[in-house]
Amino acid sequence: MAFKVHVRVVPRAGLLDPQGQAVEHALTALGFREASGVRIGKAIELSVDAASADDARARARAMCDKLLANPVTEDYEVEVEAR
Amino acid sequence: MKRVAVVRFPGSNCDFDTLHSARRAGTEAYFVWHRDTDLQGADAVFLPGGFSYGDYLRSGAIARFSPVMAEVQRFAQAGGPVLGICNGFQILCEAGMLPGALMRNSRLSFVSRPVLLRVEQTDTAFTNRYGKGALLRMPVAHGDGRFTADERTLKELEATGRVVVRYFDLDGTPLSETVNGSLNDIAGICNAEGNVVGLMPHPDRAADPAIGNTDGLGFFTSVLSWAGVVK
Repeated sequence: MAFKVHVRVVPRAGLLDPQGQAVEHALTALGFREASGVRIGKAIELSVDAASADDARARARAMCDKLLANPVTEDYEVEVEAR
Repeated sequence: MKRVAVVRFPGSNCDFDTLHSARRAGTEAYFVWHRDTDLQGADAVFLPGGFSYGDYLRSGAIARFSPVMAEVQRFAQAGGPVLGICNGFQILCEAGMLPGALMRNSRLSFVSRPVLLRVEQTDTAFTNRYGKGALLRMPVAHGDGRFTADERTLKELEATGRVVVRYFDLDGTPLSETVNGSLNDIAGICNAEGNVVGLMPHPDRAADPAIGNTDGLGFFTSVLSWAGVVK
């Protein structure tokens, strides 16, 4: 079965995220003063052939550990779409 | 004569500068394609600057899985000298051959200008021709050069003398604001044995009197006098 998987990669908390800061400044300048804590990462979508949603999640996490996220600077979350 | 392999990835663009500088230093330098798995009897390996695989995902993240990299890792583990310049440094960090990571420059802009470096560690395969504290002028050209590591790793790098070069201001004073936001103004580091070195600045663009600067030549001649033994 093919499972649709969503991977969210974000810069690790505490690390400087200059993109997030720049966008936060821009939001403030546009009047969105309620916005804070902007962090910018990546969204990755993929299909994973697996026997179950749990297997798909495990494989996607392995992909993150090996390639999709940098363990030094990034955290990730994996979500498998309900079928 | 020492044999120097310059690895070319799709998107490398400092491969010729690196080859030229290595030859100027008196080595027998040649190209190795990223799909090759034979370093052809190299005495040293250079990973040049550029934008391997278009910097997709993260700089160096895809190049590190090139077939040649398994061979480069074996070579380094056996004590072979490996230098990563700019994108080559990013590849070494992604491959886990050097600790830490190179993140987007703190001011978000691509920085392309001469900088001054202070040589902090001379007991490496690529800096043994310099004096400790020597100031070198050479260009940087990168968008992802902000050296980052967790606190423990950073402390260990500093305590064990593994910071090889640090950014200095052009007037010779320490930088108050860094070139790219690197922790502790770190421009280059090495592994514990000193045979693997990575740096963001370009010694390959500062190794020929024809361009008015030979401050970087020592990175290429140091290989000739490195006492480390390749097992």
